[in-house]
Amino acid sequence: MNYRYKIGCSLSNLKGIRDFVRTTLNENHVPELQISAIVLALDEMCSNLMIHAHHCNPDHNLELCINHPGQETFIFEIIDDGSVFDINHFTEPEMGSLVQEKRKGGLGIRLVKSIMDKIEYSSEGGKSICRLTKNI
Amino acid sequence: MVHIKRLQEGGTDIIAVIGEIDASSSIELDLAIAKSVGEGFKKILVDCHALEYISSAGLGVFMSYIEEFRDKNIKMVLFGLKDKVTNTFEILGLADLLNIRENKTEALKLANELSV
Repeated sequence: MNYRYKIGCSLSNLKGIRDFVRTTLNENHVPELQISAIVLALDEMCSNLMIHAHHCNPDHNLELCINHPGQETFIFEIIDDGSVFDINHFTEPEMGSLVQEKRKGGLGIRLVKSIMDKIEYSSEGGKSICRLTKNI
Repeated sequence: MVHIKRLQEGGTDIIAVIGEIDASSSIELDLAIAKSVGEGFKKILVDCHALEYISSAGLGVFMSYIEEFRDKNIKMVLFGLKDKVTNTFEILGLADLLNIRENKTEALKLANELSV
């Protein structure tokens, strides 16, 4: 099974991404609470990319692919034009320092790392691919 | 898309959050809380019954007020969270940093207790 969704880098498109992920996982009978967590992780990854790599430019596109190669594994690929935003290189801030510094960001990376089993990056033909693996 | 309603009951500000809070809409929540603080409320309840989704952008808004609330002696209690929303708070361990109760009565009771 292979599902694809292409969208401009506008934050107003995040809802479309969430709906696409939710519908696809629903069709594949993933339990509701797991769907919610995965939807959240994809929202976090896509919003990070839109904000930090594409500065919310709606003319820039990103593509989300969902592969379901085995009964228990889902692979999510976020493909865009050559962005470099590897969350493996970011250490998630301590909760205490987030509170003290009154920071509104920094929680998303922690969420994605908690929810997903594997986060990998690669590039192919000028495209950057962020591959997230989740075992259900 | 989020819709926020504010309602005052006996000196307590109740902020009802309806819909979904993500990176595009978290500013609405931020503005509502800032307004409540600006108007001098010392007890703020956040009604999450109709909150269908929250991402880290929304959670970050709550987190960013913790210190200010401590300094100004403002008590904020969230209530009525759906399981899928509670799950997001739990993944981050936020349930320990924020005051969360099942319903409005319990939330108000806690806000009153903390205000003493």
